Amino acid sequence: MHTIIQQLINGLSLGSIYALLALGYTMVYGVIKLINFAHGDIYMLGAFWGYYVLKFWHLNFFVALLTAMVFCAILGVVIEFLAYRPLRHAPRITALITAIGVSYLLENGMSYLFGASARNFPQAIEQQNYHIGGFAISNIQVLILVTAIVLMLALQLVIKRSKMGKAMRAVAVDQDAAELMGINPNHVISFTFALGSALAGAAGVLIGLYYNTIDPLMGMTPGIKAFVAAVVGGIGSIPGASLGGFLIGILETIVQAVGLSAYKDAAVYIVLIIILLVMPSGIFGKRTKEKV
Amino acid sequence: MKRNIRSNAIWLAIMIAGFVIMDGLEAAGLINTFIENAIVTVGINIILATGLNLIIGFAGQFSLGHAGFMAIGAYATGIITQQIASPLGFWLSMGIGIIIAIIAAIIIGVPTLRLRGDYLAIATMGASEIIRVIINNLKITNGPAGMFNIPQYATWPVVYVMVCITTIMIANFVHSRAGRAVMSVREDDIAAEAMGINTTKWKLAAFVFGAATAAIGGTLHASYIQTIAPGDFGIMNSISILIIVVLGGSGSLTGTILAAGVLGIIDTVLQNFGTLRMVIYALALILLMVFKPGGLLGRWELSFKKVNKKKGAPAE
Repeated sequence: MHTIIQQLINGLSLGSIYALLALGYTMVYGVIKLINFAHGDIYMLGAFWGYYVLKFWHLNFFVALLTAMVFCAILGVVIEFLAYRPLRHAPRITALITAIGVSYLLENGMSYLFGASARNFPQAIEQQNYHIGGFAISNIQVLILVTAIVLMLALQLVIKRSKMGKAMRAVAVDQDAAELMGINPNHVISFTFALGSALAGAAGVLIGLYYNTIDPLMGMTPGIKAFVAAVVGGIGSIPGASLGGFLIGILETIVQAVGLSAYKDAAVYIVLIIILLVMPSGIFGKRTKEKV
Repeated sequence: MKRNIRSNAIWLAIMIAGFVIMDGLEAAGLINTFIENAIVTVGINIILATGLNLIIGFAGQFSLGHAGFMAIGAYATGIITQQIASPLGFWLSMGIGIIIAIIAAIIIGVPTLRLRGDYLAIATMGASEIIRVIINNLKITNGPAGMFNIPQYATWPVVYVMVCITTIMIANFVHSRAGRAVMSVREDDIAAEAMGINTTKWKLAAFVFGAATAAIGGTLHASYIQTIAPGDFGIMNSISILIIVVLGGSGSLTGTILAAGVLGIIDTVLQNFGTLRMVIYALALILLMVFKPGGLLGRWELSFKKVNKKKGAPAE
């Protein structure tokens, strides 16, 4: 029992990262129905931005976090403008392949320009372990969890309360109708990419601090896992993505703790398939009725 | 009927001509090992991609799990040819690989083909990853290290003949009654169902057929490259097969073959560029998709039937 709770605590940190990434997937999917394969690589670029800011400019960790978010937001908007906007009316599978192309470009561009080797992320915040009631928890884990929750609440506020958030929801429901109501879908889509990419950037800096090592290919696997998390939660649903992220993170940590680390990816996919079979549109996804 | 015979005769002539040209170049020493390797890779990619095109382009089911079925074929060959090191063992292993892939496709397909679009994609991707993780952890497959020294029975003529056979089989399937049923599911599955087509059955048929060709591709890959590891059959490999399909135009077999060739050439030319290679490849991919959203050929197919209708009229 003790180990399980301890692993739950560890899983929460990983889950926060997945949740932050999954939010970006789910928002973009909700608005333009695109699996943005390059999302994991934006997370990687966020981590690299944090690395350079901390290592060469020795700035405060929170400055690094915020600038990484701004940097990734701009990057997300630029990528959308250059690569996805021309394909707005193309078949969806074409946009998907373009997203994969962008992902390859970012990964290999980074390897080419800055080298493919893994590097140590600077320890901007000294790690301290606390023991509360027999459970070990580090300040970094607390920081990740708190940052993730603050960002999620902020996102929820933006989407539910702001005018742009309202426009986002409108475009997600029906783009043509939203356009008739005077919403410019291009602005909304850019804004969505900015929000999602900012969260990915934050996740990148946090994971750098947590795992201490970053490399240009680090975004691939977490990107796919986060997408799985978004699907498990019900793609297009914001609370679903957060829940899915935590679920996948905790599941992975627990499977690893039981000594089945070789099967941790398989466990994630088995859970995915089972959830999809029982609830074909995820936990919080809306079931759309087919009309003939 | 006569038109069909003439059209088929032209296809046969093209296939034989291709073989003779390849053989001639080989005999003349114009093809070194490097180029032969590139050509065989293109051939294997054609087999894999036409199978995936059947699932995605013709049946409209978005599968991202092709590499998993390829892994089944590859490992069947790796394991069996090490026991029976003879051409018989090779063909036997191909058959066994196909059978296992078909069984796996039925097990995966029956539940997951109820899902739609991207949900299906992510579920098949998960299934293929599960296959890979299982292979990664089995003793008989030698775990993450993979298998070495697999005897080479898949020389280029074998691959060439298999490319022809699988392409003919898929083309015939597509142009048959079954193919029309499968395509009606792609266009509108509710309408298809209303017309009395068992949509689940035909979706599954296309999925299983695609999986079987993937296993053939895997067998040839294992036997030609002689080394396989679970890492060769990851998500990225499924995606690279998907790229061939979409680049050529999903729903066009000619396009798939063309795209496999084009990507093969790009790959060979870029070999000298080192790290820059993948950067250029990615840029080329993005630009091709942005400027040719329907793929290189869309749904256009090369056909000789029209040539015969109007004598002397050029093929489109």
